[in-house]
Amino acid sequence: MFASEVLVAQNIGFAILATIMVIGALRVVTTSNVVHAALWLVVVLAGAAAQYILLAAEFVAITQVLVYIGAVMVLFLFGTMLTRARIGAESDLNNKNWFFGIPVALALFVAMAIALDSGFGSQKMPADAAVATTQEISDQIFGPYLLPFWALSFVLLAAVVGAIVLARRD
Amino acid sequence: MNLAALLSADLPYWVQSLLRVVGGLVAVLLPAGTIVYLFLFKMMSFMQSRLGPMEAGPQGSMQLFAEVGKWLQKEDIYPARADKFIFKLAPLIVLASTFLLVVVVPFGPDALFTDFETGVFYALAVSSVSVLGILIAGWSSANKYSLLGGLRAAGQLIAYELPMVLAVVGVVIQAGTMNLQQIVVAQNGGSMFGFSSLGNPYVITQFVGFIVFMIAVQAELTQTPFDMPIAESELVSGYMTEYSGFRFLIFFIGEFATAGVFSMIASILFLGGWAVPFSWFGWTTIDSIDNWMNIVGPLILFTKMIVIVFFIMWIRFSYPRFREDQLQKFAWKVLIPVSLANIMVTAILKVAF
Repeated sequence: MFASEVLVAQNIGFAILATIMVIGALRVVTTSNVVHAALWLVVVLAGAAAQYILLAAEFVAITQVLVYIGAVMVLFLFGTMLTRARIGAESDLNNKNWFFGIPVALALFVAMAIALDSGFGSQKMPADAAVATTQEISDQIFGPYLLPFWALSFVLLAAVVGAIVLARRD
Repeated sequence: MNLAALLSADLPYWVQSLLRVVGGLVAVLLPAGTIVYLFLFKMMSFMQSRLGPMEAGPQGSMQLFAEVGKWLQKEDIYPARADKFIFKLAPLIVLASTFLLVVVVPFGPDALFTDFETGVFYALAVSSVSVLGILIAGWSSANKYSLLGGLRAAGQLIAYELPMVLAVVGVVIQAGTMNLQQIVVAQNGGSMFGFSSLGNPYVITQFVGFIVFMIAVQAELTQTPFDMPIAESELVSGYMTEYSGFRFLIFFIGEFATAGVFSMIASILFLGGWAVPFSWFGWTTIDSIDNWMNIVGPLILFTKMIVIVFFIMWIRFSYPRFREDQLQKFAWKVLIPVSLANIMVTAILKVAF
């Protein structure tokens, strides 16, 4: 009766993925090479995609892979390789104010933990929850959430135009 | 026990997993070997008025095994200043993306690895992972030519991924689903103006999308005229310069296996995939399809794949390569506007009819 309420396989899967993600995240900030840091970030983002799969949110997971691994990280690497990406350890990656990052990270963690706790409390996801289909997601985006979607589109458009204005030299 | 009973029998989990692994290996390696022998060895030789490999086996048909044996025997060399771990990792990422890609390809009514609801989207997402492998292959080689090749490859693959995604959107709008199996059913169960003996292959209604998709595939596979990343007259061999032995073999297999898988996806999206028009045998839905299609279906898909790869290779052997700026202009100023117009027209017609 107890075992039927606990999703054993999912919890083990979550633990493995979470461990990989935490190790990856720590290596992002401790490794001494920019490209290695970017590749550890890929590990973290892929772990997040795997967590979405575990939550039966396949559309979000695939979007994560397409956008973050396929585009954002490639552009990251592209940028660093064009400008400064030596092979081997670099000594000047950390500046002397690096420890200010720790309280910021902790504050962010606490804020998100409080938000999640007050939002869901002890509510549990039902074990046989229906998988949200892509169709339902698109019905939501183009129905009740149409206005925020448009607003986001305009923000992105403005960003694109701004990037072109900054990059043009005439 | 006949095959139909075998397919419908409840197999233990480990047998299913073993069958899936073997099936995946066959689905990746068989097209790659066929493409290399048939097109790279024989068709290219024929077009250049020479015989190609003739010694190993009849008509040189065992040449592939000789080549693989040669590559496997070679010494494992890497540059002294290379980033060794990443240097070794890079070809595996490229090959892994090919194996991930084949997972969603349906080969028959029941002959599939997984019936993924968002199959097309998944295929486009995992195919973009190979860029990462190519980029770090170029960087970790500690070679200026390799780095330039990797950067060119990344710029090219990102630029041509957009028209590819946008070309597929037309098909998705018309079929009303992103599931590759459902797209096959929608084409072969459909009809054109009440005339159903050909089904409704989207190559007719989505002809613009098909052309854009095939150009983008040519560029994604870095086949000539889009082979600036490995342009031998400028960059030695691009990101592959420092690779030899079995690591080069992995890149090589990855390149042609991806050509095969992309051609399978193209034939599923635009040519009706594994199926024949359902009206030929009086089928109506996917459940009413006879079991023998699980054997014939993969052969049909394989034939369509060979036809598409023939065109890819024909163009590869016929044209000189673009210049880097022409390549980028072509993607951003021609292909993307054309595919956006295609999406708009498709959406308007979908609503109108």
